[in-house]
Amino acid sequence: MSADEQGAHGGPSRRNLLGWGGAGLVLGAGAATGTALALDDGDAKAAPAAAVPFHGAHQAGIATPVQDRLHFAAFDVTTSERADLVALLKEWTKAAARMTAGHAVGEGAFGADEAPPDDTGEAYGLSPARLTLTFGVGPSLFTRFGLEDRRPDALEELPAFPGDHLDKARGGGDLCVQACADDPQVAVHAIRNLARIGFGTVAIRWSQLGFGKTSSTTPGAETPRNLFGFKDGTHNIAGGETAALDQHVWVPEKDGPAWLAGGSYLVARRIRMNIEVWDRTSLREQEDVFGRTKRTGAPAGKLAEHDPVSPRAMLPTAHVRLARPAAHGGHRILRRGYSFTDGTDGLGRLDAGLFFLAYQRDPRTGFIPVQRELARHDALNEYIQHVGSALFAIPPGVRDAHDWWGRALFTAPAKD
Amino acid sequence: MRPLRRPVLAVLSGALALGGLTACTEKSDAKAGEDGAIGVTAADTTCDTTAKTAKAGKVTLAIANKGKRATEVEIVMPDGRIVSEKENIGPGVSYTLTAEVKAGSYEIACRPGMVGHGVRQKLTVSGKGSAAERDPRLDAAVSAYRDYAQDQADQTLPKVMVFTDAIRAGELDAAKKAYAPSRIGWERTEPVAESFGDIDPKTDTRADGLEKGQKWTGWHRLEKALFEDGKIGAEEKTLATRLDKDLKDWQRRVGRAVITPTSMANGAKDLLDEVATGKVTGEEERYSHTDLVDFKANVEGAEKAYTLLRAVAKTNDPDLVARLDTRFAALDKQLDAYRPSPDSYEFTSYDKVGEARRKKLSDGVNALAEPLSKLAAAVVGK
Repeated sequence: MSADEQGAHGGPSRRNLLGWGGAGLVLGAGAATGTALALDDGDAKAAPAAAVPFHGAHQAGIATPVQDRLHFAAFDVTTSERADLVALLKEWTKAAARMTAGHAVGEGAFGADEAPPDDTGEAYGLSPARLTLTFGVGPSLFTRFGLEDRRPDALEELPAFPGDHLDKARGGGDLCVQACADDPQVAVHAIRNLARIGFGTVAIRWSQLGFGKTSSTTPGAETPRNLFGFKDGTHNIAGGETAALDQHVWVPEKDGPAWLAGGSYLVARRIRMNIEVWDRTSLREQEDVFGRTKRTGAPAGKLAEHDPVSPRAMLPTAHVRLARPAAHGGHRILRRGYSFTDGTDGLGRLDAGLFFLAYQRDPRTGFIPVQRELARHDALNEYIQHVGSALFAIPPGVRDAHDWWGRALFTAPAKD
Repeated sequence: MRPLRRPVLAVLSGALALGGLTACTEKSDAKAGEDGAIGVTAADTTCDTTAKTAKAGKVTLAIANKGKRATEVEIVMPDGRIVSEKENIGPGVSYTLTAEVKAGSYEIACRPGMVGHGVRQKLTVSGKGSAAERDPRLDAAVSAYRDYAQDQADQTLPKVMVFTDAIRAGELDAAKKAYAPSRIGWERTEPVAESFGDIDPKTDTRADGLEKGQKWTGWHRLEKALFEDGKIGAEEKTLATRLDKDLKDWQRRVGRAVITPTSMANGAKDLLDEVATGKVTGEEERYSHTDLVDFKANVEGAEKAYTLLRAVAKTNDPDLVARLDTRFAALDKQLDAYRPSPDSYEFTSYDKVGEARRKKLSDGVNALAEPLSKLAAAVVGK
């Protein structure tokens, strides 16, 4: 990146150093795999009211079609008794299976007069809204309960990236649950009930609400836009793209450890957008920053959204150019990010941005190298700031009614 | 301060209908034993009655105080609730107390000096209207809790006097020192005080709890004067005396509070909710930062109610009791880290407790309050 080009995008500033992992990764992924479209889109036609199967080889909420709303929660384990944690995970799994099927927790929202009901009740009468609950474990979990030798090498706290401005109160966590649904009340209900069941064993460390999915796992669906108004997720890995999922998302048995086979890794980043600054930036500059046209989403110099990317038509600091998989050895990640706004901050600025969620087979070849590159050079850094960060290993699916979240991790022999 | 929570009455199956217990007192010179009245001879260590049984309906006690101290005589239900009472019967004075009483088991209590559990005699009332079936363990629990609430009030008054005397004497440091201790008994039994509706707003309201036109009185008004303004004026001295008066009113009325097994259980949970909404945030004691003292007292009060109900709860829900035992112990241990020794009430000033540690305390409260919310149902049983 030359000094001239840097100057053309507002000159060096503190924000120039900040990173970005959101929209660009989506767009970049599309650039390398623009042809992966002729896929099974059966799931795309799923009615919004339908229930997504809870049991399966992989957890729902990763490759299943992206819903409209999110409530993501990270938990700290507060007990030192392994048996208590295991009991909770069993109870959680039972509750999750019920809620994703559209049923109330325990004995329901109405019970004996003298006790608070088992279920908090705000989802009573609502449809399952395609609720998925996806469970993960963070690196910090393994330092206790004698699990250190089961921690995968890839599950290490993310490195510091230039420009990170991380708030500890919005990052990390021993466990996570991603609740996605088409109805925000259904997603919030799920996390609220799990948190309540968990009191005394786990405690919520932080959580994030999201709306307006910023990527799609369904090829036929309209490409969503992020809060900067740009199309996002044009060529995300689709739910039926089995080969790509196997290659880039699911952890194969040979990667190890055995308990994670069929699982994945999730990177979560809260990326604050400087909305007001962006909104007074000229259209030319906005499009240059992304390397895409705002109206159609076409790559620079092209006509249609799905046209192949020509890096040379873009500025060297263009987001798409830096983020595309071709610039990173062809590695892809599956994004499930959401826009967020938590109202306004004390200065009257919209506290908004992208809650970036990316699933991958290995963060060391997935998110980390891409973010390293973006954090150094991305023109978008002037308009964004990474404020929250977490990494989780996502175990494989819950097989049946006797299986539970994390079973293989907690019951496997010490050595894999 | 919390909005008034009406004690749960209906759920205690077989609770004597309160509506049927109209009590009245009338002054008379009737002698003990006359006109079918039950004679009660009260002295400083004895309480003799002329009958152990009575017919349902109007029951009259012909009371004579033969002791050296003023006394109080009450007709008490098995759960400790007072059906009717006469306070302040001086030495050598006689009095006739009449009450409308339904069938059931009662006690006649003489309380020399008008403090404590007193000396008691059994009284079985039979006839029209049957005494519904009650679990004697629950009656005993309620009765013991009522004694506890009364003891807390009785013990609080002298500590309040230390506090208010210091204010009246204009001794700022002494008043500051006496502030938190003066609140412990109140905080332990707050749901009882709140059940009266009118006492709490006078004694324990914070600045933001005031309604328009309401004059700010009580502990927190004085707390602000002492810890924020650092001064004691004529107004504070007047308010100190007013606090004495309002708390004496509380002490006097504790015995008449409606207390049931479920209101005890819910009261225990309410105490934890008080911690969760007021203490853990540092709002309650925003000037003195003595929140952890209140916190501890709330937990102690909840633990007292739980301990009294534990046997019955264990029969109905042993898992819940096991969990509550663990969680109470864990929270107690957590709090102990903030005081020099387990019998000290010199807790760390809450403004010295950082966000991360406040979060841990909050997690500890949630961990206990969640199972505690199930205690009432476990006490009632299936």
